[in-house]
Amino acid sequence: MSMLLPGFVEPVGQSQSCFRAVLDAMAHPGRIQYVGRQSAPSPLCAAGAAVLLTLLDDDTPTWLDTDFITAGEWLAFHCGAPLVPRAQAAFAVARDMPALSTLHPGSDVAPENAATLVLQVAELGRGESYLLAGPGLREPATLHVRGLPSDFIAQWHANHARFPVGIDMILCSGEQIAALPRSVEIA
Amino acid sequence: MQADDVANSEDRKRWMSILARAPLAELQHLLQDGPALPEATRLRGPECGLVMVRGRMGGGGDAFNLGEMAVTRCSVRLADGTVGHAYVKGRDLAQAELAAQVDAALQNAQMRPRLMCQVIDKLAAAQAAIRAGNAARAAATQVQFFTMATMRS
Repeated sequence: MSMLLPGFVEPVGQSQSCFRAVLDAMAHPGRIQYVGRQSAPSPLCAAGAAVLLTLLDDDTPTWLDTDFITAGEWLAFHCGAPLVPRAQAAFAVARDMPALSTLHPGSDVAPENAATLVLQVAELGRGESYLLAGPGLREPATLHVRGLPSDFIAQWHANHARFPVGIDMILCSGEQIAALPRSVEIA
Repeated sequence: MQADDVANSEDRKRWMSILARAPLAELQHLLQDGPALPEATRLRGPECGLVMVRGRMGGGGDAFNLGEMAVTRCSVRLADGTVGHAYVKGRDLAQAELAAQVDAALQNAQMRPRLMCQVIDKLAAAQAAIRAGNAARAAATQVQFFTMATMRS
């Protein structure tokens, strides 16, 4: 039997401050936000755990990559999110990035139904540099990430080209997050 | 008995329902004697919330919302990974946490016999006595209704 870990110690305040961090991250693509300490079922990082505790509930079908299957019990206990196949998920949680084209992109009538990919990366703030431009950025910004696949920029081009449909991403590492909304251009 | 068997057993349903009805003072009083409960980590709560109680008129009526009631829940984990849950009526956080600790301890084969006889059986007897008293008071004022159809036959 695996050890079940606690969720937020102070659920109201912590989920609100984490929600604020996600909002700020989405509003300023590529800007790194801190979400604070959080116990997380290994190998999930603290920031990933906090984001899931904040955003998921029994109305959010979720897909866990095989790396995170051990977090399934923890997720079911704290969030009650149903686990579904990848193509139907509102939230996808992974460490090896799945091809963006395999996630649900929403439709032109309801682009808000698109999936959000919560991707745990090796490091934020160091590593490969990506040049971001688009809504929320007065001037192009640079985001350093270690752990994205080599064809990431090509995949993102295809994802961005489908706007207003497309996948949003939240990158997590340690206690940090950064977001890549589908509206941002990456070079 | 394996741990998973205990967690899903009829016995556990029974002790959880008895713990859900046990007032804090009574529970504390019964736990005074004997060794302390094992250390427990809070997994969730204790936290209060509202649940909607639904009712139904007769056997075939439509369900309707009778009203909301306050419920407090708590889940704790022991050092060995055993998880105890409790849902209790009202807003007493300490009551929910203590009930969850007792539920966790009861899943341990070493602690179960003593706790069953020291706590659960006594609580069950007290609750049965209250129920019997209420039933007796209600029975004394019971009126039998006969429908016309019954009287004709």
